[in-house]
Amino acid sequence: MRFLLDTEQAEFGRTLDRMLGAADTPSAVRAWAAGDPGPGRDLWTRIADAGVFALAVPEAYDGVGLLPVELALAYVELGRHAVPGPVVETAAAAALLADLAEDGGTEGGAAKEWLPRIAAGRAVVSLGAEPDAFVLDADAADAVFVAAGSKVRRAVVRGAVVESADPARRLFRVEAGEIVAEDAARAVARATDLAALLTAAQSLGVGLELLRRTVEYVGQRKQFGVPIGSFQAVKHRLADALLGLEFARPLVFGAALSLAGRGSVASVSDHGAVGRADERARKDIAAAKVAAGEAAYRAALAALQLHGAVGYTEELDLSWWLRKARPLRDAWGTPARCRERVVSGGR
Amino acid sequence: MDLDLTPDEDAFRAEARAWLAAHVPADPLPSLETAEGFAAHRAWEAELSADRWSVVSWPEEFGGRGVDIFKWLVFEEEYYAAGAPGRVSQNGINLLAPTLFDHATDEQRARVLPSMASGEVIWAQAWSEPEAGSDLASLRSRAVRTDGGWLLHGQKTWSSRAAFADRAFGIFRTDPDAPKPHQGLTYLMFDLRAPGVTVRPIGRLDGKPAFAELFLDEVFVPDEDVIGEPGRGWRIAMSTTGNERGLTLRSPGRFLASAERLLRLWRERGEDPAVRDRVADALIGARAYQLFTYANASRFAAGEQIGAESSLNKVFWSEYDMALHETALDLLGADGETAAGEWAEGYVFSLAGPIYAGTNEIQRDIIAERLLGLPKGRR
Repeated sequence: MRFLLDTEQAEFGRTLDRMLGAADTPSAVRAWAAGDPGPGRDLWTRIADAGVFALAVPEAYDGVGLLPVELALAYVELGRHAVPGPVVETAAAAALLADLAEDGGTEGGAAKEWLPRIAAGRAVVSLGAEPDAFVLDADAADAVFVAAGSKVRRAVVRGAVVESADPARRLFRVEAGEIVAEDAARAVARATDLAALLTAAQSLGVGLELLRRTVEYVGQRKQFGVPIGSFQAVKHRLADALLGLEFARPLVFGAALSLAGRGSVASVSDHGAVGRADERARKDIAAAKVAAGEAAYRAALAALQLHGAVGYTEELDLSWWLRKARPLRDAWGTPARCRERVVSGGR
Repeated sequence: MDLDLTPDEDAFRAEARAWLAAHVPADPLPSLETAEGFAAHRAWEAELSADRWSVVSWPEEFGGRGVDIFKWLVFEEEYYAAGAPGRVSQNGINLLAPTLFDHATDEQRARVLPSMASGEVIWAQAWSEPEAGSDLASLRSRAVRTDGGWLLHGQKTWSSRAAFADRAFGIFRTDPDAPKPHQGLTYLMFDLRAPGVTVRPIGRLDGKPAFAELFLDEVFVPDEDVIGEPGRGWRIAMSTTGNERGLTLRSPGRFLASAERLLRLWRERGEDPAVRDRVADALIGARAYQLFTYANASRFAAGEQIGAESSLNKVFWSEYDMALHETALDLLGADGETAAGEWAEGYVFSLAGPIYAGTNEIQRDIIAERLLGLPKGRR
């Protein structure tokens, strides 16, 4: 038992943080939102060079994965730096194609075609799943897959971008095309789980950055002759934001361990019972998704309130994180759906 | 990073589970906040202790099994999952014992710890005073030097379990001229039945005398019952708040078991969809608290100190406990009004959580100032 990041993992997180910090991600986000994916693709390549997408790709396809803990760690950093693009979807698509290839059949072709490119950062791939009607950033993706029922299909973009509450999330409706796999229910479920986990990790990063920026702001902004951060009402709001995030963090990493099959400590809602490993992982991921999504959203509301009217503008970079918190909370499993999963079965 | 228990830890879990299955009383004991219940709980402490399950993390010489914090967590999970009674000795075990391990003499440890482990001596905490709650350092009760010891004068209040307990521990002002309120305080133990002690039980919201007021009039305390150096009481009291045992005031096992019970209640009562999300949040919160604790335990095992993070812990569990019980009462509907049930008693107990052990307002100040680095200001 050592429920802490090891030295190598912690260093990996710091390296990513430094790299993204130096990369001027707010400019890339602005360009991405304006329909220019160039700077975002450059960023994408650097993230791949740091080894992030390889964590979702098996060794047989030039990756090192699947490593859910390291992925979660990386996606906290991607959230912290508001990296645009279908980062979650690309990793989930990689896991999906790898699973399909492993399950046999003719699907190996898609894995061979896409996985090495994903690992190397040369492919941006988006993924959609019913009943979610939109696919993220389909216009900037080299390939789009959709999971419908037990089938996986390639998809083509239909129509123009649909405006999102977060301009950096470019939503599209797609039309299902050629069938990639017929009997893919298990692989789809696993890919969806991974997408939920990484969205939770990304949320956590978004929340942590919102809190960091807000703490910095209330330490400088003065009213009544003193920093507003010295007021108890302000402190308590931020203490609550930290509470939410710090209790979401172990759920995210605990869920990553469950997905990796590493964790004999009783899982959520099956204390003392021997749950099926994937069922346990699914509940742990749902729990992490609820906690991280809600915590990031609460942090966003606190950040908005404490920045005052200045926070209610899109001129401030803060807006990129503020506007991401709510969509991430609902993507790949709304809180209601995740809570339903937490209380289901397990008897 | 992993959450894997070793085969040894799993074996320990199995051993604890088997013992508990054979010994946990079939029917719940009466409330430990009554004279009858207190006696029944004392007997249960003795039964636990006879097979060395009352203080598993203590060294064997004091009645424990010398297990590390991970096994302690495992034991607590099993303990509450088995539906075992609440611990009447917990003030002593969680609050006084860590202080003794860190600051007492060998003689004091040998004298006090075994009788605490067996439930023979049950301890109450005597910290708060009418004018000293969150601002504990403003306490006024005095200990005055006398031959071979000290004489206590003053008044303590909100002493949990003091209505039925045997002894108490607390801090007293021994140097009224010290330049700062945190200085000149001394940490000591005294007998609740000593001459000069008057215990006035205080009924809490459900009428049970869960705590008491202590009036102290020339109560003699021998030197052997002073812990650490006189005048250093504040440091001694504070030094044990953030360490390993600071993790242990509320163990995750208790909330995991409560959340499971809530889930069962929800199912028995027809899975009301209006309450579903709150039941889910109870399960999620218990898991979060468990994993947060395992993370802190891992840090502790790696030699790190747990500091102001214990304030996060305190706010979390106290608010969690209330939300869990409120949800249970909502599921019970009109049945929840009867004060007799286990949920009702737990609910009343949970209401005190945000108040005691340092109010949540003070904890939030600590979180904001020490963990987030916000400037100090007027409260």
